[in-house]
Amino acid sequence: MPRAQRRIGEAEPGSVRTNRHGSHRDQGEREVLDYGLTEEQQAIRELARTIADEQVRPRAAEYDVTGEFPWPVVKKMAEVDLFATLVPEEYGGLGGTMTMNMVLATEEISKACGGIALAYAGTALGALPILIAGNEEQKERFLPQVATGERLCAFAITEPEAGSDAGGIRTTALRDGDHYVLNGTKQWITNGGDAEIYTVVALTNPQKGPRGASVLVVEKDTPGFSFGKKEDKMGIRASSTRELIFEDCRVPVENLLGREGTGFITAMKTFDASRPGVGAQALGIAQGALDLAVGYSLERRQFGHPISSFQGVRFMLADMAMKVEAARALIYAVSRHIDSGARARPTMYSAMSKCFAGDMAMEVTTDAVQIFGGYGYMRDYPVEKYMRDAKITQIYEGTNQIQRDEIGKILIGEHVSGQRRGR
Amino acid sequence: MSEPSPAAPHPALTTLSEEEEMFRKAIRDFAESEIAPRVAEMDRNQTFDTDLVPQLFELGLMGIEVPEEMGGAGSTFFTSILVVEELSRVDPAVAVLVDVQNTLFINALLRWGSDSQKERFLPRMAADTVGAYALSEAGSGSDAFALACRATEDGDGWVITGQKLWITNGNEADLFIIFANVNPEAGYKGITAFLVERGTEGFTVGKKEDKLGIRASSTTELVLENVRVPSENVLGEVGKGYRVAIETLNEGRIGIGAQMVGLAQGALDHTVKYVKEREQFGQPIAEFQGVQFQLAQMATQIEAARLMVYNAARLKDAGKDFVNPAAMAKLFSAQIAQEVASAAVDLFGGYGFTREYPVEKLYRDAKIGSIYEGTSNMQLQTIARILLK
Ligand SMILES: Cc1cc2nc3c(=O)[nH]c(=O)nc-3n(C[C@H](O)[C@H](O)[C@H](O)COP(=O)(O)OP(=O)(O)OC[C@H]3O[C@@H](n4cnc5c(N)ncnc54)[C@H](O)[C@@H]3O)c2cc1C
Ligand SMILES: Cc1cc2nc3c(=O)[nH]c(=O)nc-3n(C[C@H](O)[C@H](O)[C@H](O)COP(=O)(O)OP(=O)(O)OC[C@H]3O[C@@H](n4cnc5c(N)ncnc54)[C@H](O)[C@@H]3O)c2cc1C
Repeated sequence: MPRAQRRIGEAEPGSVRTNRHGSHRDQGEREVLDYGLTEEQQAIRELARTIADEQVRPRAAEYDVTGEFPWPVVKKMAEVDLFATLVPEEYGGLGGTMTMNMVLATEEISKACGGIALAYAGTALGALPILIAGNEEQKERFLPQVATGERLCAFAITEPEAGSDAGGIRTTALRDGDHYVLNGTKQWITNGGDAEIYTVVALTNPQKGPRGASVLVVEKDTPGFSFGKKEDKMGIRASSTRELIFEDCRVPVENLLGREGTGFITAMKTFDASRPGVGAQALGIAQGALDLAVGYSLERRQFGHPISSFQGVRFMLADMAMKVEAARALIYAVSRHIDSGARARPTMYSAMSKCFAGDMAMEVTTDAVQIFGGYGYMRDYPVEKYMRDAKITQIYEGTNQIQRDEIGKILIGEHVSGQRRGR
Repeated sequence: MSEPSPAAPHPALTTLSEEEEMFRKAIRDFAESEIAPRVAEMDRNQTFDTDLVPQLFELGLMGIEVPEEMGGAGSTFFTSILVVEELSRVDPAVAVLVDVQNTLFINALLRWGSDSQKERFLPRMAADTVGAYALSEAGSGSDAFALACRATEDGDGWVITGQKLWITNGNEADLFIIFANVNPEAGYKGITAFLVERGTEGFTVGKKEDKLGIRASSTTELVLENVRVPSENVLGEVGKGYRVAIETLNEGRIGIGAQMVGLAQGALDHTVKYVKEREQFGQPIAEFQGVQFQLAQMATQIEAARLMVYNAARLKDAGKDFVNPAAMAKLFSAQIAQEVASAAVDLFGGYGFTREYPVEKLYRDAKIGSIYEGTSNMQLQTIARILLK
């Protein structure tokens, strides 16, 4: 029986013709689009691919079942300095084109497991507020340990009553001498309980509503900071999602990122930079499922032929591949734009890259299951997991409806940068 | 709108007869009170609560078309479709047990069974016996007629050897329709349908598969090693099993269409309730046009699919050709069920992704509609062939 988790025709990045994936059968040479990646970017992609192949893929099914946090894999990622891609050179990281690097690494790991990828990508998200709004001292205090992978990060804005309407958060952080005292509950925080550095959006001035929000760094083990139960989820089950509970949790004022009241601006800038990462997760999941489907279509025989010989199947594969490549082109273009330091906020394009890729991943993974037929429905085969994992990319970091809302508002010029307040 | 005139020559497809209405109501009540509270747990544990099965029999849901004198409900194929739809609103995994029983097993027996087979088996089916329908094998899914299961004549009976894969109701069934080839040289013209009792020597039911969705429904392997079956258990003629298979599946597909329509309706119902309760930006999310339009789209898709399913079922009851409408109904219902369930998860936001809320399950369940009883590509092939004939 074909149970192979085969990756087909995945070629080396960078050059147009010379690449072929040595391990696969006589598929011949398939051209791979040249996205003009730099040598460094190619090296990061290679590194992430190796981790994905050697560490992630062999364990993806197991972590999906147990829902445990993939610490051994995370340790390996840290060993090979993957987390250094998230931190500038001056703080012990690799620096360079940090958005693109994060996107490439997230894509590669997600090809093997969209859940395990979040230990990395969730850390990227959690560290962003420090990069965006932190001062020298804060960066020096927190980032080197992020770069080495010693400490993972998480970003916490969502609350039970404040999802899409992030402006409706109620967690407070009231000043008391040289501390802020946090009270409230954050919901569904990726890496919650496993991360050690939390960037938390809370109201330092509740009267002002969203304009009174600030971002604070809260470290694990701070008294008054505890975790709720781990969520039982449809997909990305290797990723931990937990409640953060703050009960008179005292955080030193030195942990305030930026000025009081700038919390939402920081959060929005964080999403501007992180959404291409969600896009990359979706992209990797879709590519992983496509690769499996191509491999399976060559092996599975019905009516005396491989099912790949049927045009109906080939057209499905062709549609899947077109969607994947279009998403990749968009995500890379947006990432490059962000890395270029362009002054205009990339909000609309970041939203597009996340929304398009999320929808695309849903369609592609669903079709991948279809190509596997009944085998696709079985948990013994890897492909149904891709479909379960893909769904989240349409939901978090702003649902795809919220992305459309933002894109639409920006298009018609209604969007005021900074915060959204419904209509 | 005025009441339809009773003399109207063509009642609307969705206008139900008194009997149909009665079935629908009874099932809705039962599903909501007895099944709904167990759905999440049965899904999690991959179990079908054993005490549910006798209840399904008591309600008359397991022998809908079995004549009354044999203990059945003596109703129509359309009623079976309604039952499957209603059950699927609450749990598509429970519904498929009833679906296989009625639209495949009993249907095949009514159409192909000899009088004595009907007398022997139909009363049991209506009373307490679950049936399963075993065509697929590891190497033959879409290409079902390439099946490798063999039957050889031996005295006054047959000896069957082979393996069947992914047989719905494998755990609950006591009676199986098994397709095997008696003459491989003749190709599909060697295929023959056999009625095989659970417990027959050499016949074993394998382990239950761990699946993406419809996890309460058992999907099992069947292993047959020199299983002896008497001649009177051949269903239809020897060598004509391919017709039993094709024709039963043509009808069965309408059942899967109904399963998908019910599933989608269930997802929509949960969602409508949720969007009215969930507030963001100081108002129920139901007030956002983007949300409203998504709901409207879902409802329209469901309505279209339902009409296709009902029409195909009514054609079948009327003795008219229904092959193309049935293929279209299954294809379309499976497509929209996936879309509707996916949109339902979206509209539940993060809650939709957790196992605490019902829609993530429906979303996982929905994918099966485009796979079993002929994949979507196989439906497209049927439709195209008929078009081009
Ligand atoms: C696995 C997982 C991991 C997560 N990780 C994190 C994390 O690390 N950090 C964090 O802070 N949060 C995290 N989240 C939370 C996530 O970002 C929210 O779930 C998401 O923003 C949606 O919010 P909600 O679930 O409250 O949905 P709601 O806001 O209640 O939305 C419900 C539905 O209404 C629609 N809707 C809402 N408002 C509008 C509108 N104005 N117009 C049109 N439609 C609208 C939505 O699109 C959606 O379809 C995570 C969630 C999950 C499930
Ligand atoms: C949960 C579950 C329950 C089931 N219950 C039963 C049951 O009770 N009884 C039973 O007999 N079977 C049952 N099945 C089996 C089911 O009917 C088969 O899975 C189905 O027919 C598809 O066959 P396959 O899985 O071998 O897919 P394949 O036939 O291998 O198809 C793989 C892919 O190739 C495509 N394809 C194949 N041939 C062509 C072609 N010629 N042109 C274009 N595309 C093509 C298919 O559309 C599909 O996308 C069940 C399956 C599942 C998953």
